[in-house]
Amino acid sequence: MVDYLKLAWRNIWRNKRRTLITIASIFFGVLLSSFMSSMQEGSYAQYITTIVNSYSGHLQIHKRGYWDDKVINNSMKFDGTLTSKIAKVKDITFYTPRLESYALASTDEFTKGVMVMGIDPETENDLTSISIKIKEGRYLEDHDGGVLLGSALAKFLKLSVNDTLVLLGQGYHGTSAAGKYTVKGIVKQPAPELDRLLVYMDIHTAQDLFSMQGMVTSVVIMVNDNDKVAPVKDKLEGLTGSEEEVMDWKEMNSLLLKQIESDRSSGNIMKGVLYMIITFGILSTIMMMMAERKKEFGVLIAVGMKKYKLIIMLVLEIVFIGMAGVITGIMGSIPLIYYYLHNPIPLTGQAGEMMLQMGFEPAMFFSMAPSIFYYQALIIFVFTILIGLYPVYNISRLKIMSAIRN
Amino acid sequence: MDIIEVKEIYKTYDKDSVPVHALNGISITFKEGEFAAIVGPSGSGKTTLLNIIGGLDEPTRGVVMINGVNITALSSRKKTQFRLENIGFVFQAYNLIPVMTAKENVEFIMFLQGKDKKEREKRTSELLEAVGLSERINSRPNKLSGGQQQRVAVARSLASKPKFVLADEPTANLDSKSTENLLEIMEQLNQKENTTFIFSTHDARVVNKARRVITIEDGRIISDITNR
Repeated sequence: MVDYLKLAWRNIWRNKRRTLITIASIFFGVLLSSFMSSMQEGSYAQYITTIVNSYSGHLQIHKRGYWDDKVINNSMKFDGTLTSKIAKVKDITFYTPRLESYALASTDEFTKGVMVMGIDPETENDLTSISIKIKEGRYLEDHDGGVLLGSALAKFLKLSVNDTLVLLGQGYHGTSAAGKYTVKGIVKQPAPELDRLLVYMDIHTAQDLFSMQGMVTSVVIMVNDNDKVAPVKDKLEGLTGSEEEVMDWKEMNSLLLKQIESDRSSGNIMKGVLYMIITFGILSTIMMMMAERKKEFGVLIAVGMKKYKLIIMLVLEIVFIGMAGVITGIMGSIPLIYYYLHNPIPLTGQAGEMMLQMGFEPAMFFSMAPSIFYYQALIIFVFTILIGLYPVYNISRLKIMSAIRN
Repeated sequence: MDIIEVKEIYKTYDKDSVPVHALNGISITFKEGEFAAIVGPSGSGKTTLLNIIGGLDEPTRGVVMINGVNITALSSRKKTQFRLENIGFVFQAYNLIPVMTAKENVEFIMFLQGKDKKEREKRTSELLEAVGLSERINSRPNKLSGGQQQRVAVARSLASKPKFVLADEPTANLDSKSTENLLEIMEQLNQKENTTFIFSTHDARVVNKARRVITIEDGRIISDITNR
């Protein structure tokens, strides 16, 4: 085999310029394709991380039906029974309860519909790091009677720290909900929509407001590893009753995942076109190479080389060309992607605005997941094997005499 | 002892739908150790006969027996193996593998036979020494003259210790000095290894060296002179 490898390696360098051009075409194809894949996967990972860490968490427990009909009447008890069940499951790093509803926020001059989120200040901060987004005032404390406002909401209502906000709404099972709260801090939410809508308060304060003592609308759960989400979900489903539902981040963010899938598909079409160009580049080189060496193949078979051995040698030549392009392409793309991994490309203008509105950081992020690189190698390998069918077909039909007379 | 037996061989080509009879019922035998030349004008059928004896071409009718084996009945795969073990070829255009050195070109045949490296190296140096190229073993064909390349081709043809060597116009591209040199080498190898050499040629110098001359015209043997 070593002799075939040596021979194949020498053969590809018979026409150095042609081989180098072919390798260069694969190099640029792999570079471009890796760059595109890295940018896609990095951005998707960023979207998912943002959405998991800023809102959904890895898993949530709700009263069955809450996710489809988010009203406070679809709330559940959050007491020792539920927390002891959660505590039984390993790999859960922490959990945080929430009580979410809507109310009218009023000041002397203005009124606006807002989203009220009752949170456990400590554990919610572990998940969403709200405290670092405080631009004025301070973060909430346990049993804090005050509220935090989104900066755009505060601006609209012309409120600042220590001002008073009145909340009016509907409580549990039609009770009226009304309360007066001191603004403890102003939060700058990255997502403009949330910045205009969100009012945070301690969960006990929210339970008082909505007359829902001991009740929550959801419990957000984080696990120590993305891969553990599914087994933890299974365990929780086994422990909770039929009244509750356990949803993972994929179920809760199905729209985002569909968008990612659709974007990935368009990317795959582009990469497919790129791979086709590479494939035809290699194929044309192989066709030229075979046409030039037809006589030699005839001679080799005449002197006793079996056709399948000749085919092995030719396939090795194709694999060498393919792999040389892939290896150099990957070697070239690693430093490039590494640079952008640490320096994401900022998105400005309309694209940046759009990202902000969706609650994402306006930048193109990159990923250095090994799969991005070995996927390239695998695809090129598959294509080279497909190209290898050409010599198989050609050599199997080769007539010695016509080849020697060529 | 007859090592090659050609019985009633016919070969007809279709050229622009017109049948061309290249060989018309040729029967001939060759013995071990012969140094024979097949001569005749262009288109007489000498190369076709050589190709059919070598299993490179199929006869339209007739049988070629080599050492008792009917090679015309062998499958393509078996024929390739048979050629590897029994027949050496020398071509007019040398046809060495350009990416291999002289030594590797000779060794390659034995590599295909599955012989071990030590044996291959020993036989290669013997043969390259016999053809006077022991100083050029690491040269690639493009660094060798036509005569030197043909000497490597002769060494290659003998590498597998074949029963016979078929040489199609081996001297056609060589100058007279190289031709003389090459013929001398082939004659020595024929005598030393008792390998049968069969040439197709126009070259009078080759004919003069041959101990048997078969003349073909219009696909028929018109004379066969031995022990000249």
